[in-house]
Amino acid sequence: MVKSAVLTGEYFMTGDVACAEGALAAGCRFFGGYPITPATEIAERMAQRLVDIDGTFIQMEDEIAAVASILGASWGGVKSMTATSGPGFSLMMENIGLGIITETPCVIVNVQRAGPSTGLPTQGAQGDMMQAKWGSHGDYEIIALAPSSPQEFFYQTIEAFNLSEKYRLPVLIMSDEIVGHMSEKVIIPAADEIKIVSRLGPKGRKDLFKLYAPGPGGISPMPAAGDGYNFHVTGLTHDEKGYPAMNVDTHAQMMSRLTGKIKNNLDDIIRTDSYKLDDAEFAIISYGVSSRTSMAAVDMARDLGIKAGFLRLITVWPFPDDQIRALAGDVKGMVTVEINLGQIHREILRCVEGRVPVHLVGHSGGTIIPPEDVVKMLKEAF
Amino acid sequence: MRYNSDNFMKKPEHPLNGLIRKDRIPHIWCSGCGIGTVFSSCLTSIKNSGLDLNKFAMVSGIGCSGRAAGYVKLDSFHTTHGRAIPFATGLKLANTDLNVIVFSGDGDLFAIGGNHFIHAARRNMDITVICVNNFIYGMTGGQVAATTPHSAISTTTPFGNPESPFNLPLLAYASGATYVARWTMLHVRDLTESIGEALSRKGFSFIEILSPCPINYGRRNKKLPMEILKMYQENTIIKNNADPAELDIDFERGVILGKFIDKDRPTYTENYDKICRSTQNV
Repeated sequence: MVKSAVLTGEYFMTGDVACAEGALAAGCRFFGGYPITPATEIAERMAQRLVDIDGTFIQMEDEIAAVASILGASWGGVKSMTATSGPGFSLMMENIGLGIITETPCVIVNVQRAGPSTGLPTQGAQGDMMQAKWGSHGDYEIIALAPSSPQEFFYQTIEAFNLSEKYRLPVLIMSDEIVGHMSEKVIIPAADEIKIVSRLGPKGRKDLFKLYAPGPGGISPMPAAGDGYNFHVTGLTHDEKGYPAMNVDTHAQMMSRLTGKIKNNLDDIIRTDSYKLDDAEFAIISYGVSSRTSMAAVDMARDLGIKAGFLRLITVWPFPDDQIRALAGDVKGMVTVEINLGQIHREILRCVEGRVPVHLVGHSGGTIIPPEDVVKMLKEAF
Repeated sequence: MRYNSDNFMKKPEHPLNGLIRKDRIPHIWCSGCGIGTVFSSCLTSIKNSGLDLNKFAMVSGIGCSGRAAGYVKLDSFHTTHGRAIPFATGLKLANTDLNVIVFSGDGDLFAIGGNHFIHAARRNMDITVICVNNFIYGMTGGQVAATTPHSAISTTTPFGNPESPFNLPLLAYASGATYVARWTMLHVRDLTESIGEALSRKGFSFIEILSPCPINYGRRNKKLPMEILKMYQENTIIKNNADPAELDIDFERGVILGKFIDKDRPTYTENYDKICRSTQNV
């Protein structure tokens, strides 16, 4: 029986299993989940592995409870996670909002399948991208990553924990059935080669402690229940002390802090990657599994003499407005590739502001987009 | 000690001062509301337990009773509507040294949060659930609850209630709770003792406390605050170990109070350690 949190070595692994291993390597010791295809394997792996490393797994009664439990565990001082797919993600929206307003670090994985509703349970899609940004009520900023391979699913899960601990919010990993169920080589490095970030604890007099007083970098240090701070956490609008305050000014102040910690740190949070983009006349923009389609399409297009390049969004939220704006000045046209009917496409249109034509290669879900479709669009549209 | 006029003039300290966030007083509860009495009983039990106060946490949902977490000077969590129990579950499992108390109302715990309640009881999660049952949604202005009697008028049942109310102790018992009791907020001593007992028991403890909502239940149902208290005094009978199936609430027939269940059964954590952790088997 394996007893190490970091399974250093080379493996042939599915994305879902790699995600679970990434979580354990990042220090996750609590998983509260609910079974759903195609994310179930993450819960199964966590159930298997957490018992050996002093962690706890619990299968909750639904996804609402799953998120409630990981928020509770996080305030108990333990890094926590859940994983789901579309229908469960819809149920999670309520407590994602609680996680945001209470500034609770945790990681929520969505292995996307085609919706709406029960949709295509066993087939991939990328149709929850806007829900990730706007699904819980009220204004907020969120961080969402999108892995394109099992290896990246492993690393992004560590990254998601680090970002959630640093910025104190639920971080979303927007994967999909294809990456989740795909088996590929996954290298798990030695534990000491993995960078781990953990929340800062408070210092100083406990009786003068203010739960939401900005600390280093504007982020408030976070105590755990039982540490003796006797703090109060509420989903109501609250002041620096964490006390409810029902007025416009406190709300504006709180909201500016909640959104500011993301908006003022875009350079630290946003991650993109590019492929043959430097001399490109046409940019393909994509994320997650559709990155693989896009990479192949770049090479196929270049073989035909079309100077295509690829910008990959590793983090999809916060959206890299500046990069897209700059790119619009460098290319003659763009193509968005995503397995939905045009969600991130709208964001790109917003940033491009009509300066160059932008076309969508997408469909309503159930399978990967063939690179030929992207090449066809490049040939016909430009 | 020398006589000191300052000390003489000073009001005596409230015995629960150390457990109340004085800077959040006045509270929002209406005159005649029973939540404050239940809250005091709860705090008295916590204090009397002699346990380290830093190892207590209170979790509430939404509603009038849900505001309790905001007034207690413990690590306290005012969560989303109905979700106090699953939040408390994660908190407890992350740190099993904590004594986790869920303090909330009947609407929160048994309508929107009903599913969480039965599952936490089934798992025998080691938490204490205190439910102030005022038979109505008070905070939103008096709508029908899962506990409202047929005879009652509410803003959403203006002609009377077509639904049958829950028998909460029966539900708790059937779901697997290991400690089940019911009191009214008038039975302060019994209640305080009972909460203390529940805190000392491992496993899922549940206490239902009948409590008046004079503004949003009493007013509409022609029941003055004092009449309700009289009813609590005269139309109740204490019958420990009563059959949970007999515990439907009917004040005309008489309402049974007491401790109904007090038994031992392995908690979720005990079972998890015993059954799941391979390190235990090596």
